[in-house]
Amino acid sequence: MLEQQLINALSLGCVYALFALGFTLIFGVLGVINLSHGAVFMVGAYGAVQAITHLHLPLWAGLVFSFVLCGVLGLLIDFLVLRPLRKRNAPHLIPMIASIGVAIVLNNGIQGIFGAENLRFPSGIVSTDSMELGGLHLTALELGIILLSFVLMGVLMFALKRTQLGRALRAIAESPKAAYLVGINVEGLFFLVSFVAAGLGGVAGVLIGLYSNALFPLMGQPMLHKGIAVIILGGMGDIRGAMLGGLFLGFAEVLSVAYIGSNMRDAVAFGLLFLVLLVRPKGLFGTLQERKV
Amino acid sequence: MSGFDNFWAVYSNLVLGLGINSLLALSIYLTLSCGMLAMANAAFMGIGAYTAALLTMNYDTPFIVSIAAGMVAPAIVAFIIGKPTLRLSGVYLAMATLAFGEVVRIVVLNTESITGGALGLNGIPQQTQWWHVLLALVVVLLVLWRLRHSRIGRAFESIKEDETASGLMGIDVGAHKMLAFVLGAAIAGLAGTLNAHLTFFIGPNEYGFDRGVDILTMAILGGINGLTGPVLGGTILTLLPEVLRGFADFRLMINGVILVLIVLFLPKGLWDPARIRNWFGKGGKQA
Amino acid sequence: MSATLELKNISRHFGGLKVLQDVNLRIPQGGIFGLIGPNGAGKTTVFNLITGLLPPTSGSITFDGKDLAGTKPHIITRSGIARTFQNIRLFKEMSLLENVMVGMHAQLRYGNLGLLTTSGLFRSEEKRARERARELLSWMKLDHKADDTADNLSYGEQRKLELARALATEPKLLLLDEPVAGMNANEKTELMHEIKQISARGYTIFMIEHDMRFVMGLCQEIAVLNFGRIIAQGGPDAIRNDPQVIEAYLGREDDEPAADGPHGIVTDGAPSAVAAGVVPTSVPVPGAQA
Repeated sequence: MLEQQLINALSLGCVYALFALGFTLIFGVLGVINLSHGAVFMVGAYGAVQAITHLHLPLWAGLVFSFVLCGVLGLLIDFLVLRPLRKRNAPHLIPMIASIGVAIVLNNGIQGIFGAENLRFPSGIVSTDSMELGGLHLTALELGIILLSFVLMGVLMFALKRTQLGRALRAIAESPKAAYLVGINVEGLFFLVSFVAAGLGGVAGVLIGLYSNALFPLMGQPMLHKGIAVIILGGMGDIRGAMLGGLFLGFAEVLSVAYIGSNMRDAVAFGLLFLVLLVRPKGLFGTLQERKV
Repeated sequence: MSGFDNFWAVYSNLVLGLGINSLLALSIYLTLSCGMLAMANAAFMGIGAYTAALLTMNYDTPFIVSIAAGMVAPAIVAFIIGKPTLRLSGVYLAMATLAFGEVVRIVVLNTESITGGALGLNGIPQQTQWWHVLLALVVVLLVLWRLRHSRIGRAFESIKEDETASGLMGIDVGAHKMLAFVLGAAIAGLAGTLNAHLTFFIGPNEYGFDRGVDILTMAILGGINGLTGPVLGGTILTLLPEVLRGFADFRLMINGVILVLIVLFLPKGLWDPARIRNWFGKGGKQA
Repeated sequence: MSATLELKNISRHFGGLKVLQDVNLRIPQGGIFGLIGPNGAGKTTVFNLITGLLPPTSGSITFDGKDLAGTKPHIITRSGIARTFQNIRLFKEMSLLENVMVGMHAQLRYGNLGLLTTSGLFRSEEKRARERARELLSWMKLDHKADDTADNLSYGEQRKLELARALATEPKLLLLDEPVAGMNANEKTELMHEIKQISARGYTIFMIEHDMRFVMGLCQEIAVLNFGRIIAQGGPDAIRNDPQVIEAYLGREDDEPAADGPHGIVTDGAPSAVAAGVVPTSVPVPGAQA
């Protein structure tokens, strides 16, 4: 039974990791806690449902659609809200407050359009096949989530560590001014990161939507809270930490539901968050750096 | 006089809501004036509300006792979590307090036997009179006003600008932050108590993230340059849903839009004495 | 009004980096003591250790006979040590008067509960604070701008405001971190005069500075810090002629080969006019008025 829970935990953890990745990318490179990331995640889920239901797209196309839709949304948010604040050198709590406003707009906007009841993906969108792997039962969905997540994370890690682009991003994360001075196109890369991070959030939304089969306008909120817990756990701005933290949270949650009870499930994330902040604010893997302005 | 009676019959809750929201905005003003973005006041409001309501409902305590309890309970909690939390700065503090708020909500949800869990508490005696709210608001304003114009107010502002320099002026920064945090919690608890005994019913979801954001929005909208700003922000945000009644679901969006617009275009809030002075061509002291 | 500050075998390491090594200093009562040395020698770190912002890795600091180890900065200030900053840390959105009144925080005798009652004590103490603040501002010739916001001041005026604010804490010892950096010649002469007056009133002054003329003209005793070690200590004439000091400052010109060993220069191609005290070696601070 425990082993079966591990599969659950792994898939859940993968989605948490994907979400946290986008979140931490924005923090690491743009220096902003973007609290609209949860809303973007939700838009990704809704977007995929609409695309699949009305445009009759297959699942993979729905995923791509969400990635692009949310990427553009993230770009818009950066261009309209975050960028003007950057230009003003606003203290970094200000963009965070603004992002709360964006989240409210998105959450309530979607609720106004689609209503508050749960939405579902059309049945049969994911095959109900499952396979036996070493005595463990693995559904197609779980396999898909795990594979897709690892592929995306792998691509991201590769891009960051081995490419010129990744080096440029890491330079910006250390010091945007210095990066600018050596000729890096900082604004352009901010746009790119906004796009990719939001896109990843959107994909995470689709995956959770499939996993839980219940979409509702405020689904981004609990996810956001968990995302916060993950990046603090893993160290803010730390990519590897976000991935490991996400997996860790997935395991912690599933195991606590199995052994303690499902009510406290959401409390696990916060309990961990609180604990880490009190004991080791830089997170299990991260380094507490003040951004050099 | 019957014109007034009619007005009151329809709008009394709104007017009282004005006062209560102003109190909430003032509670977060305290911590903001110290440079801290602490998002726990919704939770403190809830702690105060539940404590007072449970006392009134289960032990028939006199209102004044319930109010006192509703202020002391969140203050004690604030003191306990303040010690480790307030040494965090900036975003970490904001997130820790947000997380705390969620923890409180989850605890309430899971202690059904006492708090009624998800169903909340029903049938709270409606003991709040208009003069309770008015008195509370006046007293809080007086206290804060006096604080502002004393060494504590100056200390808060210096901490907001430069904590290290402030400490080197002989100011105990930690103690002052704790004072702002605990006092803010007590005021939020007061607002929660008054609100609970007005609305007759309270539930855990009233004191969650949405409420926390509302409180923050009120303060940011009005501006935190003085005491007028929070009251103004509280007033506007209470009246706005009434004004926007026709828009149904989308009226909640307006809150979000307001937040974004204020942050982008009026960062110091609506009530900004310096900007208002400039408008009226008095020039002020700014170059 | 004055007291003795003693640093004994003070070392401060950051990981492998030895910022200060075995520093011994004794600041006597009264008088003006100077600490000089090339950029990066560790001078501001000495101030940070004294004011409790950093703990020493080893060694002890005593003030008035009391060991300062582990004491929090605000307590250290209340024991009588005040400080100004190299890169000016004023409360920019507060008025000049308010800035100085903040310095008086610990001097006011009404308790935190006392201010809730309209007691006479509160009113009279606030009045006293206001008056004292104006007095200090007029000493620094800033009283005509008392109600202006601090960020409206010129650079030299800001430095003077910092001084007034430090004096408001009723210190015994004043730590001045580069008090004339970025000032023009007139402002420097004026400040030199003001510091002499402050010293005459019995305050002990310990300053870090790069302007040699300023330091030589004011300080009775000077210590020289280079690469975290004190390499010389004595009166102005002794320091001026000390060969190690000269080498630490002059070092080599840009086109000369590197000098031997660890006495190499830290400042970037400083002209030899440095030793004559004409040109300050510090990098001009943004906003400095010529």
